[in-house]
Amino acid sequence: MSRYFRELSVAAVLALMLSALAVFAPSFFSPAPLLSRLASEVPALVVALGMAVVMIGRQIDISVGSIFGLTAVLSGTLLANQVPLPLVLPLAILTGALFGGINGWLVAGLGLPSIVVTLATLVTGRELLSLWQQGRFISLPEGVQWFGLGQTTGQWTLIAVGLLLVTLMAWASRNLAAGRFIYAVGSDPEAARLAGVRPGAVTFGTFVLMGALAGFAAVLNLVQSPQVDPKAGGGLELKAIAAAVIGGVAVTGGRGRLWGVFLGLLLLTTINPALTYLRVEAYWEKAIQGTVILLAVVADRFQGNGGAK
Amino acid sequence: MTPLLQLVSVTKSFGAVRALKGVSFDLKAGEVHALLGENGAGKSTLIKVITGAHRPDAGTMAIAGNAIENLTPTAAQRLGIACIHQQPTLFPDLTVAENIALRLGTTRSFARVNWPANRARTAELLGRIGAAIEPDAEVRSLSMPGQQLVEIACALGAGARIVIMDEPTASLTQKEQHLLFGVVRDLKARGVGVIYISHRLEEIFALADRVTVLRDGESIGTREVHQPSGSGALAGASPSGASPVDAPSGEAPEGQSDRRGACPTIDLTEAELIRLMVGREVAAIYPPSESDPGDVVLSIHNLGCSAGGVKNVTLDIRAGEIVGLAGLVGAGRTELARVLFGLTPADAGQIRLHGQSITVCSPQEAVAHGIAYVPEDRRRHGIILEMPVAENLTMAIHRRLFPGSWLKLKAERHLALDLIRDLGVKAYGPEAPGGSLSGGNQQKVSVARWLATKPKLLILDEPTQGVDVGAKSEIHRIIRRLAKDGLAVLMISSDLPEVLGMSDRIAVMRGGTVVATLPGGTSAHEVMATALGQSAPEAAA
Repeated sequence: MSRYFRELSVAAVLALMLSALAVFAPSFFSPAPLLSRLASEVPALVVALGMAVVMIGRQIDISVGSIFGLTAVLSGTLLANQVPLPLVLPLAILTGALFGGINGWLVAGLGLPSIVVTLATLVTGRELLSLWQQGRFISLPEGVQWFGLGQTTGQWTLIAVGLLLVTLMAWASRNLAAGRFIYAVGSDPEAARLAGVRPGAVTFGTFVLMGALAGFAAVLNLVQSPQVDPKAGGGLELKAIAAAVIGGVAVTGGRGRLWGVFLGLLLLTTINPALTYLRVEAYWEKAIQGTVILLAVVADRFQGNGGAK
Repeated sequence: MTPLLQLVSVTKSFGAVRALKGVSFDLKAGEVHALLGENGAGKSTLIKVITGAHRPDAGTMAIAGNAIENLTPTAAQRLGIACIHQQPTLFPDLTVAENIALRLGTTRSFARVNWPANRARTAELLGRIGAAIEPDAEVRSLSMPGQQLVEIACALGAGARIVIMDEPTASLTQKEQHLLFGVVRDLKARGVGVIYISHRLEEIFALADRVTVLRDGESIGTREVHQPSGSGALAGASPSGASPVDAPSGEAPEGQSDRRGACPTIDLTEAELIRLMVGREVAAIYPPSESDPGDVVLSIHNLGCSAGGVKNVTLDIRAGEIVGLAGLVGAGRTELARVLFGLTPADAGQIRLHGQSITVCSPQEAVAHGIAYVPEDRRRHGIILEMPVAENLTMAIHRRLFPGSWLKLKAERHLALDLIRDLGVKAYGPEAPGGSLSGGNQQKVSVARWLATKPKLLILDEPTQGVDVGAKSEIHRIIRRLAKDGLAVLMISSDLPEVLGMSDRIAVMRGGTVVATLPGGTSAHEVMATALGQSAPEAAA
């Protein structure tokens, strides 16, 4: 029970909010808008999972929005030039992994602080993108949107992909040696090194995974509209970090569960519509989001953070 | 004459450990009083009591006859107590003048800083001790002795009457030592009392007026030292013949007149000092050696690593043999272990394992060769505190236990249960977080992790530091059993009785190299003499 205290309390808050909505705003649960809302959060979920992995390994990647945007525009351009989606998808993942590799090399290879490195790559990526695209949208050909499956099936597919990925990654984090090494390096890089783990390789790997997931997320986002927005992915890093933190990932590394991140994102994305449905003024949205993040960090501090009070 | 500083029956405990058991100590104005003792004898604790960092549990302290109570570090500074640490505690990014201004300057946060005055004052203070240092130089750019001189200047500027020097020459060259000795004599001539801590006996004979020996938190005795200027050659001069004896220009006249103290003036020799430092029997609590050394497992020849400060180390370790690695703090023992484990790879010499020449450039290579290293400072790096015991235990054997990288949690649990039972780890189960275990049990987990790798050579760095007596003897029995099973063990320890009680052979390090390999039955006296760099004049009893 106490082991899962954090995840369970997030789930409890979520349940509370959903019941409040069920009583006061049953229209929140009408199928079509709900489905659309859930599907639109799948890309953010994919990025948040990657972010959680990076953070468990004691690093942070704030460049994900730029990786996401660059991959989206690149994929959009390819698709507009009649390259088929099944070929674009792996290319997008590869591109993201490449950018992640650059971050990883700068952080793990040169030993630079990840917050500065990824801040720099965030800005550089974003500026390159606006130089390249000049704000132009890219129109996608027929058959790309919703994978050509129609809206409802497409949305269900996206949700299924998201759930599958959560399950897969949560399982892998506990059942693959690599997952355990990330926790070890995040807890204590020097102790991990003395135990024969290579902290540099582990850190590099988490950034590559983060990049690949950002690239994947870009495609999952792009299939939801007829056009590619060159500004796609702006502010994504904040959402991903917030979801991870609310879900119980320690900013100091070494602790956190990926299914907790899933709950964290659900909670985060329920706040806005809940406020709207409960007729709270829109101005409150960001303030309340911020408060929830602060609450999560404060809870970490007091909830036996590594044995300290 | 009232002593400048007087401590009477000071005691200090940390939990169950009694660091000081009624130590009395006094310091006169214009005197250099040396403090001598093994690692952990209580020197640092005593210094911390004097500087107000620790509050004694009992006992009194008086400065110039005035009783001092509830001393804080700030109050100690105001009273004129200054401590020059072995590693200078200056701000490297600030200039010398800025550093001195910070120490001596106004305490009001928003007062305007008078830089020209500060610079002038800095120049004056540095000039007083004859240091050729620019006030505007960044501290980062200064050498270690340069930084120490800045600290001394600070102490002078603060009007220090009592200056404590903690192994000030540990990182100095011969020439820099001479400069420092000149400064110490100058301080003495100004009537400052100097407490001088050093492991180098020749320095004590060259500088000190008196010497107090601490052992196990007790003051064993205070002796007068005949300054070389008065008594000619000193007994048992160091083999290097490097007693840095300057012309006694700074001899304080009042120091001479105070030479007759309460204790009888006997002709103090280095041999006697060493006897005072170690003089205790090795308790018979150590399990007897049953090993029958086999083939040479590890053979290193002229091994060196300039980054780690290790040079020309030659040593053999046989299967089933426990080799104790003795030496004082800073002698290069942990550094040698880090070279062998590939953390700071060697850049000279040879490592042979079972006769085959190998290179060890990373911990992964070391593990692959069958070298295991249980690091010191277990609370920091020995185990990962947030991880369960089982995961800590299998951390180093992932490749073997889980080929193909899939974890087999059941197999892991079984292995963990076996190891836990085997070594008698007290934990509520394999899933208990490492941080929930006691120090001794954490250490057992750390050892067990490496046993799981089935190593050929086990390097233990301070295996029983900070563990209670019961766990300590359990760990000793485990080490013995491992050696009996044919493991080659290299055991680093600052606990001299432990080294003597456990080792089949004792390698003594000094200045980054193994200076001697002594047989198992060696006396504490001889080991200490070798570690200090003295030839032992008495044969082992």
